[in-house]
Amino acid sequence: MTSDPKLERIAKGNALALCATGTWTASFAPVLERMVADAEKLAGGSQNIFIDVSEVAKLDTFGAWLIERLRRSLTHGAVEAQIAGLSANYSSLVDEVRRVRATPVVDAGTITITGMLEQIGRAVAGVAGTVAGLIDMLGAVLAAGGRVLIHPRSFRLTSTVHHMEQVCWRAVPIIVLITFLIGCIIAQQGIFHFRRFGADIFVVDMLGVLVLREIGVLLVAIMVAGRSGSAYTAELGSMKMREEIDALRTMGFDPIEVLVLPRMLALVLALPILAFLGAMAALYGGGLVAWLYGGVDPEAFLLRLRDAISIDHFIVGIVKAPVMAAVIGIVACVEGLAVQGSAESLGQHTTASVVKGIFFVIVMDGVFAIFFASIGM
Amino acid sequence: MAGEIQNPIIRVRDITVQFGSTRVLDGLNLDVKRGEILGFVGPSGAGKSVLTRTIIGLVPKVAGSIEVFGVDLDSSNTSQRRNVERRWGVLFQQGALFSSLTVRQNIQFPMREYLRVSQRLMDEITMAKLTMVGLKPEVAERFPSELSGGMIKRVALARALSLDPDLVFLDEPTSGLDPIGAGDFDELVRTLQRTLGLTVFMVTHDLDSLYTACDRIAVLGNGKIIAAGSIADMQASQHPWLRQYFHGKRARAVMG
Repeated sequence: MTSDPKLERIAKGNALALCATGTWTASFAPVLERMVADAEKLAGGSQNIFIDVSEVAKLDTFGAWLIERLRRSLTHGAVEAQIAGLSANYSSLVDEVRRVRATPVVDAGTITITGMLEQIGRAVAGVAGTVAGLIDMLGAVLAAGGRVLIHPRSFRLTSTVHHMEQVCWRAVPIIVLITFLIGCIIAQQGIFHFRRFGADIFVVDMLGVLVLREIGVLLVAIMVAGRSGSAYTAELGSMKMREEIDALRTMGFDPIEVLVLPRMLALVLALPILAFLGAMAALYGGGLVAWLYGGVDPEAFLLRLRDAISIDHFIVGIVKAPVMAAVIGIVACVEGLAVQGSAESLGQHTTASVVKGIFFVIVMDGVFAIFFASIGM
Repeated sequence: MAGEIQNPIIRVRDITVQFGSTRVLDGLNLDVKRGEILGFVGPSGAGKSVLTRTIIGLVPKVAGSIEVFGVDLDSSNTSQRRNVERRWGVLFQQGALFSSLTVRQNIQFPMREYLRVSQRLMDEITMAKLTMVGLKPEVAERFPSELSGGMIKRVALARALSLDPDLVFLDEPTSGLDPIGAGDFDELVRTLQRTLGLTVFMVTHDLDSLYTACDRIAVLGNGKIIAAGSIADMQASQHPWLRQYFHGKRARAVMG
């Protein structure tokens, strides 16, 4: 049923008549476009211009538009090109296409140096906006927390417990596994290098201090930022996209109180627990390697550990956990609520949530290091 | 291709679809003839959308066979399937526009994939499609999140029609449109059916659409087609749900 489309000039002289035949459909679009472009040059000074389409076997929007394009470009001055021989089937399609206005010019947006400088400027100025947004959210969360303290009945226990399960209980296996492995690696590396000085036993000191003060909490915080921070952003972001947050607001609920506070609280409670479990797993892993690889038997390991570390080391580590959790939670919720209507925006904000979350966790760790050094802990 | 004209464009035989232990479609048979507008009705939750999605291939079936354009979708190879997919367009209930693309890019997306067409022609055809579905050219550069519900429906229809398909599936096309808009939409579907020789499979609850746009109506109930025929057949039917549907308050209002 399909046959190659053709466009032929059938009359000469004063009148220009073009005869279209064959299948004028999308599949033949490249051929059709070329033929139409060639025919457009024929306009000349003809007084009568006809495009005969009675022989067209099949016509779709693409074909109809190309005939219309040809008709428009052949029309010059007072001479209007006519379409002749239009079958009843296709006349309404051609009429439909005739109503189309010419394509508006699309601004492609060229890249200029000023444009790039402007972008850099905006990005730098955006940093202040980010910090302000975080402080804003911190204030909103504290205010919501205050309201809940005054009216304890408005506290969402079920939601908090649900999020505790998600970010704490379900995170335990992976957190314990990874910190265990990290403990093993630290111990192995320590023994391998300390052995040259005959100082194998000091690996216990290194492991204890490093794990309890730094690695335990920092590693767990980074993992939680990746695991739960991203989940918070994606949840809140998709709720924002589907207008669920607007729906909450119109029902008289405060989204911060309903959505953000339970999530924040769950995270602030979860991170110290996870950090503690992580530290224990890392010590266990380190001890195992020290025994099997370094020949330090468990009794000697524990004795040495008791001498090497004090409760201070543990406190220094665990005190940081809730603060880091709050930072992760605030960043995640700010990013989630900043999501716009598109899937792309959701992706960008989830990425930003994890990147900023980890960045602020490390910054906070540095601030804590300076603080504890100053107070001599 | 000669055989295709006599054969139904969609032939559904003994389709069974099950979610867990609930059987949604139970040995359903349906034919859609070439060039007709089939209105598909049934109570909410009867499985109208499920049938549509099963035919398109989004929901797996337990038993039965589906032929579209004479191609059995289960035994077809990838290129046959792509050929079928190129010839149908789907309007989803929520529009399902790509949220990170503009309206223009949404409509051009299938063209880019399936056709070798110049950018100029694609832009012009996009404008033509927008005009056809009753939207202004300015809409082209907007993102889906900046459109109203009715506009999303129209853009989604424009996208479904972007390849000039032979068959379109419309899932509740007029829901969420104002009555005038819905009327225009019916008119539009009619026009397109006439001009493009389109076959339309339309899930709808809009009685106006059933009366003005549809050639034939099929009714789904208990996982089967309980009735199929013209609007007159439906009105004459003694089935209790049909009686309620076509002789209820709203139906009388539509009939005047």
